[in-house]
Amino acid sequence: MMGGLHANAELLRKLLVGFVRDEVRKVGISTVVLGLSGGIDSALVAFIAAEALGPENVHAICMPYSTSNPESEAHARLVALSCGINFSVLPITAMVDAYFGMFPDADNMRRGNKMARERMTILFDHSALLHALVLGTSNKTELLLGYGTLYGDMASALNPIGDIYKSQVWQLSAAMGVPAAVIEKQPSADLWAGQTDEEELGFSYRQADELLYQMVDQRLTKPELVAAGFDREFVETIYSKIQSSHFKRRLPIIAKVSNRTIDRDFRYARDWGK
Amino acid sequence: MDYTAVLAQIKPKLGCVADNLTMVKGEIAKAKEAGADLIVFPELALSGYFLKDLVPEVALRIDSPEISALIELSTGISIAIGFVEETDDYHFFNSALYLEDGKIRHLHRKVYLPTYGLFDEQRYLARGGSFRAFDTKFGRFGILICEDMWHLSASYILAMDGATTLICLSSSPARGINGDSIGSASAWQKLVSTTALFLNCRVLYSNRVGFEDGVNFWGGSEYIAPSGESIVRGSLLEEDFITARVNEGALRRERIFSPMIRDENLFVTMQELGRIANERGR
Repeated sequence: MMGGLHANAELLRKLLVGFVRDEVRKVGISTVVLGLSGGIDSALVAFIAAEALGPENVHAICMPYSTSNPESEAHARLVALSCGINFSVLPITAMVDAYFGMFPDADNMRRGNKMARERMTILFDHSALLHALVLGTSNKTELLLGYGTLYGDMASALNPIGDIYKSQVWQLSAAMGVPAAVIEKQPSADLWAGQTDEEELGFSYRQADELLYQMVDQRLTKPELVAAGFDREFVETIYSKIQSSHFKRRLPIIAKVSNRTIDRDFRYARDWGK
Repeated sequence: MDYTAVLAQIKPKLGCVADNLTMVKGEIAKAKEAGADLIVFPELALSGYFLKDLVPEVALRIDSPEISALIELSTGISIAIGFVEETDDYHFFNSALYLEDGKIRHLHRKVYLPTYGLFDEQRYLARGGSFRAFDTKFGRFGILICEDMWHLSASYILAMDGATTLICLSSSPARGINGDSIGSASAWQKLVSTTALFLNCRVLYSNRVGFEDGVNFWGGSEYIAPSGESIVRGSLLEEDFITARVNEGALRRERIFSPMIRDENLFVTMQELGRIANERGR
């Protein structure tokens, strides 16, 4: 791993645990809820939240669909058990199937997005039920590549891992004691049988992270990246993925009419008064 | 003279002047009780940092009741504190006051307002126009606000103006997680140490903690001796109350060992800077 991607895990842990503790408590809340998929990203967020707020204040919900790999639920359960947080299983098959009963020809993309959004509605309903904030579990790699569902898995109140790359998620997870079975398995959105992220993306996370780090964090130009040994086509692919998915990382755009338009010339931090 | 300084490593609430004032008064009382002679608060201690459009809402005139209350408290202890200042002509400055014996001894308005990366100060704030040293009970001081210190000329001017102690009030965000410490913390530690070393000055650096919209302020407030040595440093990321015993003899000895500031040729500097300004045509 290149120097820049190597994280000081102890420091990073302190920073992210502090983030969850401070940003949750300052709004007068002590509890969080998150979706636990059985994958590494949500496992890491669960560990961070448990350390920040105490495991009794963390509620994890596993929301499988009928085609989800049964191993995913087993891994989610293992994660919850190993960090001591509350755990429940709420299958989404009935809701999703009821909808697609009206659209039997829907493709995998529509089905996958619907599932992600179904899970989002459950998490936000539990936010009200438990008086808890929803924690996001999207890492920087997938946020930059747009590899997520807008208003689905990308929706949250607070995201502790959105500024760390997948390679750093692996590192920190190992340091925090996330079970090895979860760290070592192939990353998968688990939307259909046998799906893996890296196969779907067409490159490995390690490759993508090295490039993203140089391109986004270090701001190397395209010619500089090619000179540094990155494949020209790969550079173009990643660049265009970032560009074409940028809408997912922004609020909806508002037609400007007045002198003070929200987020353009009406600007306040979200922590206003906190 | 020897004296005790407290660096109040606090966590201000964003946009809540009344709450922050209460917290500041509490820290002052605690410092008085501990027998401290001086307390240094961070940049924008009364308002929080990422203010954006809140600037006019949290701004205080120097004749406001809030500032008057702090002036009154400065009878038993000297106070350095940051806030948003509103002037008669409705400009808003990122300012710091030095209060002593019930009087305003000095007002510094931040000159270098960072507007790059995660910073956006110059969009909301007016730029200060001077660096002046001033006399206190504890010798001649100079005040810098955060980014000011990253400009060599600022510390240099204060040292040439006779300051032997530089107070830096800061709200420095944490970034960079691949080294032994937070990247911005390491950079600052080098800066304050090198500045002290170059100018044979003490540095009292007060940095805040807490999060605003996911941005962490890393703390690590410290007292640097004129040798560049860190004498005491506050904890990273957590609130702290750092007590520094400031020793007059150490300053005297350092200035005997390393009399760079005595030997500094202000007139060569002036001549060359004058030439450069002329050649640039502005």
